[in-house]
Amino acid sequence: MELSGGKIVCESLIREGVDLIFGLPGGAILPLYQTLPDYPQLRHVLVRHEQGAAMAADGYSRATGKVGVAWATSGPGATNLATGLASAMMDSVPMVAITGQVARASIGKDAFQETDVTGVTLPITKHNYLVMRADEIAEVIHEAFYIARSGKPGPVLVDIPKDVFTEIADFKYPEKINIPWSPPSLDGDVSQIKSAIRLISKSERPVILTGHGLVMSGGSTELIEFAERTDIPVVSTFLGLSGFPEDHPLYIGMPGMHGAAYASMAIDESDLIIAVGMRFDDRVTGNLQSFAPKAKVIHIEIDPAEIGKNVRATVPIVGDAKRVLQQMLRVVEPGSHADWLGYLEQLRREHPLYVRETDKLLPQYIIEKLSDLTDGRAIICTGVGQHQMWVGQLYKFLEPNLLISSGGSGAMGFEVPAALGAKMGRPEKEVWTIAGDGGFQMTMNELATMVENNVPVKIILINNHQLGMVVQWQRIFYNRSFVATQYTGNPDFVKLADAYGIPARRITDKSEVVDSLAWAKEEDGPVLLDFWVDEEENVYPMIPPGLSMKDIIEDPSINLPKVPDAI
Amino acid sequence: MLNRVTSMIRRRNFNISSLSVGHSEIEGLSRMTFVVEGDELILEQIAKQLGKLINVVNVTHIDNINCVSREFALIRVQTTPDTRQEIIQIATIFRADVIDVARNSMIVETTGDSGKLDSLVLLLQPFGIVEVIRSGVLAMKRGPLESDESESTEIRQPISRIKGKAELGW
Repeated sequence: MELSGGKIVCESLIREGVDLIFGLPGGAILPLYQTLPDYPQLRHVLVRHEQGAAMAADGYSRATGKVGVAWATSGPGATNLATGLASAMMDSVPMVAITGQVARASIGKDAFQETDVTGVTLPITKHNYLVMRADEIAEVIHEAFYIARSGKPGPVLVDIPKDVFTEIADFKYPEKINIPWSPPSLDGDVSQIKSAIRLISKSERPVILTGHGLVMSGGSTELIEFAERTDIPVVSTFLGLSGFPEDHPLYIGMPGMHGAAYASMAIDESDLIIAVGMRFDDRVTGNLQSFAPKAKVIHIEIDPAEIGKNVRATVPIVGDAKRVLQQMLRVVEPGSHADWLGYLEQLRREHPLYVRETDKLLPQYIIEKLSDLTDGRAIICTGVGQHQMWVGQLYKFLEPNLLISSGGSGAMGFEVPAALGAKMGRPEKEVWTIAGDGGFQMTMNELATMVENNVPVKIILINNHQLGMVVQWQRIFYNRSFVATQYTGNPDFVKLADAYGIPARRITDKSEVVDSLAWAKEEDGPVLLDFWVDEEENVYPMIPPGLSMKDIIEDPSINLPKVPDAI
Repeated sequence: MLNRVTSMIRRRNFNISSLSVGHSEIEGLSRMTFVVEGDELILEQIAKQLGKLINVVNVTHIDNINCVSREFALIRVQTTPDTRQEIIQIATIFRADVIDVARNSMIVETTGDSGKLDSLVLLLQPFGIVEVIRSGVLAMKRGPLESDESESTEIRQPISRIKGKAELGW
């Protein structure tokens, strides 16, 4: 079948199961856009900034497990995708971005809107392509989807010059992948699994530490069965949250920089860490030298390069979290750790995570009430900063794959577009997004996209009129010198929402929290709640960066923070 | 491909002291040889990170013991009628060749392990070295001495015959 390059792109996307594209057109990609009327099965969502396209594709992908797709034009269109690609790369989110490039004859001539996009995105994509012939498009797109979703997933970018979209070529979708690379095996090595089982049977104080890999593998059911049979408590990294139900008696909590003290203590005291689909990020480990000093480590991870990168594994198991857990369930014997669990329960009582009693409107209180209202079963998107950590601490996730957040990259502005993508991917689920007033103002232009497509996302604005997390560091580490963190010119967010036709309320008093959340839940379309929260609030506990468990600041009124030498 | 490899090495803060690239015995495949500074853990990380690059077919760790390594150098050294003969003598001892002679300089070509090249450069230094170009180290594992060893000496297939596993999903 003879088709134009643009049509080959659409035909290929359809064969990869794509039905939704987030993008924004421009000159170089226009020949592709102009083929869209011939493909009504491809729905295009017009964003207001390409960063929104990348982040919406990311949110869509995380919510559905499918590969998200973003389109952008050459030059600034493509570079605007970059922050979203980098975030997807850090959090292993499968995405395919297609960008227009200047015509082949103009490449390298500093043509209008020309940027070396494969060069720019090289370190922030899993792989990228510049396609110089229309007859290569189908094969490249097939490979791009394969690479994006196999092994440790990630974003792949395909850059296509304008005249390649219009070039005619014979279209035949390839059935096979013909690249020398093959992803790591999904099943773990049997002898390593035997070694792991031996370690587990000998351990007295084991802890399971789950990450995003577990959530993405869909292995929550297996993990519950594994934890129950072996009687081993579960702690979770931030992105691992919702991988294990938080009302389960074996659930401990989130450890690390802003994790619950008792969860960090569990790791500190543990003699065996069973890490499932996680990469020992510095926010989890703090100082590597003093991390989990007594523990041996079983590291189950799809990416072999993550094993031994930060923490040395006693037993490395390369494989998919769900598949390896299934393998282990075939052989693992029931265990019992009553003493250890009793001790952890005592730690939980002695070092509780709680929202303190006060008449002030505390951000933590809002998250706690949202968790109650939604019964821990809504999809929760977040931005980056204090509110993100409070979600990690206080939202009680009860179903798998509910948290959508830029964890590794920490990209502020993720909350609005990611929620848009998540809700479009899973329209049957309630989707709430928690934003700070800093991050919200980075991508609030996507409110228009939300309204245009009638995407009923519930937006909670934790408005403290400042960059809260930065202010917290200034308070603790920089002698309260608040440089460049005060937002004195915030707009009236209720009026702003109104301008977009989005119903909104401002909440300044604690007593209004529950009612306003209930109101937002019942609204049909998108809705915004602007909470003017207490501006003095810090996220505690806190393990200062580069330090270890013994340096934890649980409550500054009890142990005053000491300023570390090196930050 | 070279760009992908060097970008990874740079952004992951690995130290390499030399890198050489050229065609391999298989059409469409290049072979790169790096000299890496670091302990076993770092070597393991570099190998694993290289293995993640989509276009990398194979990564082999060649240790110092079980391999042959060679480097090539061109050295342009200043000459006078008085020093020319001495330089040629030094080159002869090193089994290096003089491949260009000009009025005030000559070019010496040599191949050997890096230590030999270092020594030659050191000995030529007093005469005045104008220019040195070194290729970076090339290394190859030694072949098996016993015929039943597992080391493969079979001829590798061209790239079009090497296919990735078509296992989808995660």
